[in-house]
Amino acid sequence: MTEEIIIAGFGGQGVLSMGKILAYSGVMADQEVSWFPSYGPEMRGGTANVTVILSENRISSPVLNEYDTAIILNQQSMDKFEPMVKPGGVLIYDPNGIIHPPKRTDINIYKIEGTLIAAELGNVKTFNMVVLGAYLKAKPVVKMESVEKGLQKSLPSRHHHLIPMNLEAVQKGYEGLELVQAV
Amino acid sequence: MGELRLMKGNEVIAEAAIRCGCDGYFGYPITPQSEVMETLMEREPWNETGMVVLQAESEIGAIHMIYGAAGSGKKVITSSSSPGISLMAEGISYIAGSELPCLIVNVQRGGPGLGTIQPSQADYFQATKGGGHGDYRLIVLAPSSVQEMNDFVELGLRLAFKYRNPAMILTDGMIGQMMEKVVLADYIPRLTDEEINEKYGSWVTNGRKPYRERNVITSLEMDSDIMENNNLRFQQKYAQMEEEDLLFEEIQCEDAEYLLVAFGSSARVCLKAVDLAREKGIKVGLLRPITLFPFPKKPLAALAKKVKGMLVVEMNAGQMIEDVQLAVGCAGCKVPVMHFGRMGGIIHSPVEVLAALEQKLIGE
Repeated sequence: MTEEIIIAGFGGQGVLSMGKILAYSGVMADQEVSWFPSYGPEMRGGTANVTVILSENRISSPVLNEYDTAIILNQQSMDKFEPMVKPGGVLIYDPNGIIHPPKRTDINIYKIEGTLIAAELGNVKTFNMVVLGAYLKAKPVVKMESVEKGLQKSLPSRHHHLIPMNLEAVQKGYEGLELVQAV
Repeated sequence: MGELRLMKGNEVIAEAAIRCGCDGYFGYPITPQSEVMETLMEREPWNETGMVVLQAESEIGAIHMIYGAAGSGKKVITSSSSPGISLMAEGISYIAGSELPCLIVNVQRGGPGLGTIQPSQADYFQATKGGGHGDYRLIVLAPSSVQEMNDFVELGLRLAFKYRNPAMILTDGMIGQMMEKVVLADYIPRLTDEEINEKYGSWVTNGRKPYRERNVITSLEMDSDIMENNNLRFQQKYAQMEEEDLLFEEIQCEDAEYLLVAFGSSARVCLKAVDLAREKGIKVGLLRPITLFPFPKKPLAALAKKVKGMLVVEMNAGQMIEDVQLAVGCAGCKVPVMHFGRMGGIIHSPVEVLAALEQKLIGE
């Protein structure tokens, strides 16, 4: 099994760290992983995206132009990456800020109200973990205990008290995924 | 042994330097390799192994600190990205001329000039043909994974000391910035001053000892007969490198009708292109030079007799292709050797590579 994912949104949304936690979860599940960011000169703002690959085999190219799953968190990323989902693949998006919803008819489309759920949880910074939970509902590529181990491994120990809150966000995202279109 | 971590290529360079018993790192920050020094500063190896980490005033300062430290027999490393390596070129030539060991890491970005901060392989000529002035060569290693970033720090320094010649890891912003699983090496202790005297006493300038004459390190020689002899000795070293320390990888070449030739990041993209091609029933193999100098001429010549065509895939306008053409041509083969490259910081995709192969060689 190989899962090729693009996560794309604004810098500051936690796109890269979501990818990192997913990659670490894969490591904990003894998978091969690669994490490749597309980076610009800016620290915040601008678009940010990361390609994460989880596989049972040696990973060849960490750079791709078609994906099994696209997780899309802003309009620019929708415009760029919707056409790059493989036919029969998965597109997950947060409708907040999306003016033109996806139009493809040959892919599975899901919605996650990540921004709303994170606000309800009382910490907007958990947004990326909500989206991660939603993704894991659509594509159970790693188990929840691997995510917990991945969080422990990727967060410095001074932040470990935040893990329960992050896991709650993952759980809320898992429950909050809405199917828009199945093929 | 073998601690498993998920790390960026740049971070691994720093970690591997500490673990392989480096005495010093001197550098100056530049994207996309700033994590090398950032990681070293966070790790504070001076508290752990005694390794010195110093931010120089410029790349020119850094390479001359390397020159000085290498002259005292210390195991030293620097890193930079393309424009910074150009600034170091004069110092690298002096280090090669003085026959000193060190490791230089070039995490390439798009050029020329200040260029971009995205990955590129446009410094192939600079790395393999000299870069600075004079008839010298670097040992050039091209990692194509984060694991090889780790492994080649120790390997590069080992070869640098074996030949008393600077070695370079030629990588780029893709391998530098990406995270993969890596098994870190165990710690090798730094050499003590006594061990340095014992191993390298014939050439180090760390203070004259009562039991030996003073050593002199210089690249200057006023007598051109002596200078020619020096050059002949250098050339012998370079020939010995090819005999003893050539590294390359052949992937699915046994039954290949077409051959991709690529190094570093491009080889990773080509690996996927090989799979895509074989799914379509096209028998494609990949030859990946791991040492760019010495260059795997003989393996290429052998494959040239078997395949219908070669496509050299690089993130530049066509640099390694010249060495491939020489290797194939010198073997008397007439097999077509074509090039596919993206430039300026663009990474080719596996689908693009396959399309180029079909268009340029198979003719669809």
